Amino acid sequence: MTAETAQNAEMVVHGLEWTVKELFTYPNEFIYWTIQIVMYPFLTGLVAGAFVLSSLYHVFGQDDLKDIAKFSLLFSFALLLVAPMPLLFHLQQAQRNWEVMLTPHFTSAIAAFGMVFSVYMAIVASEIWFVHRKFFVEQVNDLRNKEGIGNAILRIIYSVLTLGAHDISDAALHKDERAVKMLAGIGIPVACFLHGYAGFIFGSVKANALWMTPLMPVIFIMSAIVSGIALCLLTFVLIMEWQKWQISRHGRRHWQMSADEVKGAEIDMVKKVSKYLIGFLVAAITLELLDLIFRGYTAVKSWDILRSVIYGKDFVNIFILQYTVGNLVPFILLLLPGLTVKRAVLSTLLVLFGVFMMRWNVVIGGQAFSLTFAGYMHYHLPIIPHNLETFKEGLFGALLMGGLPFFFFWIFNKVIPSLKYK
Amino acid sequence: MKFSRRELLITAAKGALITALPMGAIKFLEPKEVMAEIKGPGKVRWAFLVDTYKCVGCGLCVKACKNENEVPYDTPVTRTWVERYIIKKDGEMLADSPMGARDGFTENKIRETAVDPKDIAKAFFVPKLCNQCDTPPCVQVCPVGATYQTTDGVVLIDRSWCIGCGYCIMACPYGVRFFHPVHKVTEKCNFCYHRITKGLNTACVDACPFGARMIGNLKDPNDPVTKIVLTERVGVLKSEYGTKPQVYYLGLDENVR
Repeated sequence: MTAETAQNAEMVVHGLEWTVKELFTYPNEFIYWTIQIVMYPFLTGLVAGAFVLSSLYHVFGQDDLKDIAKFSLLFSFALLLVAPMPLLFHLQQAQRNWEVMLTPHFTSAIAAFGMVFSVYMAIVASEIWFVHRKFFVEQVNDLRNKEGIGNAILRIIYSVLTLGAHDISDAALHKDERAVKMLAGIGIPVACFLHGYAGFIFGSVKANALWMTPLMPVIFIMSAIVSGIALCLLTFVLIMEWQKWQISRHGRRHWQMSADEVKGAEIDMVKKVSKYLIGFLVAAITLELLDLIFRGYTAVKSWDILRSVIYGKDFVNIFILQYTVGNLVPFILLLLPGLTVKRAVLSTLLVLFGVFMMRWNVVIGGQAFSLTFAGYMHYHLPIIPHNLETFKEGLFGALLMGGLPFFFFWIFNKVIPSLKYK
Repeated sequence: MKFSRRELLITAAKGALITALPMGAIKFLEPKEVMAEIKGPGKVRWAFLVDTYKCVGCGLCVKACKNENEVPYDTPVTRTWVERYIIKKDGEMLADSPMGARDGFTENKIRETAVDPKDIAKAFFVPKLCNQCDTPPCVQVCPVGATYQTTDGVVLIDRSWCIGCGYCIMACPYGVRFFHPVHKVTEKCNFCYHRITKGLNTACVDACPFGARMIGNLKDPNDPVTKIVLTERVGVLKSEYGTKPQVYYLGLDENVR
């Protein structure tokens, strides 16, 4: 390899690989924010939604949500760990990410990320601790008499998790409950802030005609809650089905319910949670349509190009995939009487797809037209990676991000079983 | 010693107050404010003047810029570029800037389609570069302060501090920013800051055979650029974004994007 080809080999114009330009665009314009930036608000949205679902029980005393509340809280934590990773994957100088914490430049919407994120993480972690403290202490006491290296290790883990607070008297537990309620209460506005702020990152970019709207943060929060509830419900059903399958295969263990009991609990929960899902779905769609109507009615300078993108180039993505398949169809499916678990599963899958498409249409759609308002850019998602960049910003990078929360949840659930019934 | 809850709260409040009061007396300064305090009020505000009547679209400025600033020559990204506009008699606007017009406009084809000279109502060239805005949105959105405005108005990038998030690229309404293909951080025109601060012209100004590009100091009333900006009818690009751009154009057409 000559020096020249060596230089060419490392020379990658970021975005050139997956951007196809049409008509008049500026030379430096490319799709700079790609699928990882779609994953970022999608995952943050799931975090916020899962947390709000658990808080509906802890704060507002919606007792019908008791069983799913514990689970969605832990799941929210697993999602939270993954939420910033798409951003890391996307950075050109990922090794410098700590600068956001070290030298935050507060006029930037991204600068507060570290702080908002850490505060939220602390709230969720401490809430999980208060909810499970009694369980930790009980485990330490139970494992004391058991032999074997596995039990010894487990006991050490639980001892650490108790943080030395072994008091499980009624008075102490009552205090725990109060702490949980308070943390969940603080957590709701912080969760909304965390996600509304992800919306602000886009909504405040005045150079982007599609992104710039004060409605963006609110739209993001609503669709976040929708997607979070849908994912929690979906995962809940899948785990219940798994338990049923295991019971039918291996027989019932002492702490488990019978297969019929599981089935009853399952459909009960599905019906209750889907009510909340419908409510937030209506709010999300209303806001999005309001935004669209307002843009068309006021028809400022950018409307010509926006219209050609919304009603032309991205028509299938926006009106067919997002609004029809992702919103309208699950809405009807959930409203039809006699809701079954299968129908609910299909609906939640469609809702999740719809919210993902909404993020896609905002992030990619916002870069589908040129700053010249006289040209377009098309994004071609890299599927088979042939270098690090096409992996990171391609299909498999995104799938990795989508799969990690489930992996983390699986690990957490080994130590903190959030789906066990008493 | 044991604290009651009441005592603890009172002591904590007192402590917070004692810390907060002197903190209130401290004023946090922007780096450029510090510089201004040290160096005295600025005597320089760099600005650029483009005379679009004089530009012929030869692309020598783009060549010179790429070489001077080490932006890889065969990549489409560039710190400065020239756009060609053709307004047809039926009102249709056609525009292009292939490879940023590095090799000049030598054919009457726009994107493989030839335009019949008889159909053309007017045609002209518009050089573009960073506007070194007075209120730069790119500086506002940088999460780590890696891009900043100097006291003389030029917006610079710290290559050793940029994390490469691309937020500034998104925030610029003029599309002047891109990721440097080698350094992997954001890059843009800085009026050849290494040259102008030594009394030289920018590379593009020196390369232009027709004097279509000029750089000057708006705080010097005798500067040729200042005189033209003050006395003639000049325009700026996309003023509606409130960025207060400092690249002035003579003969700016309403079709220019």
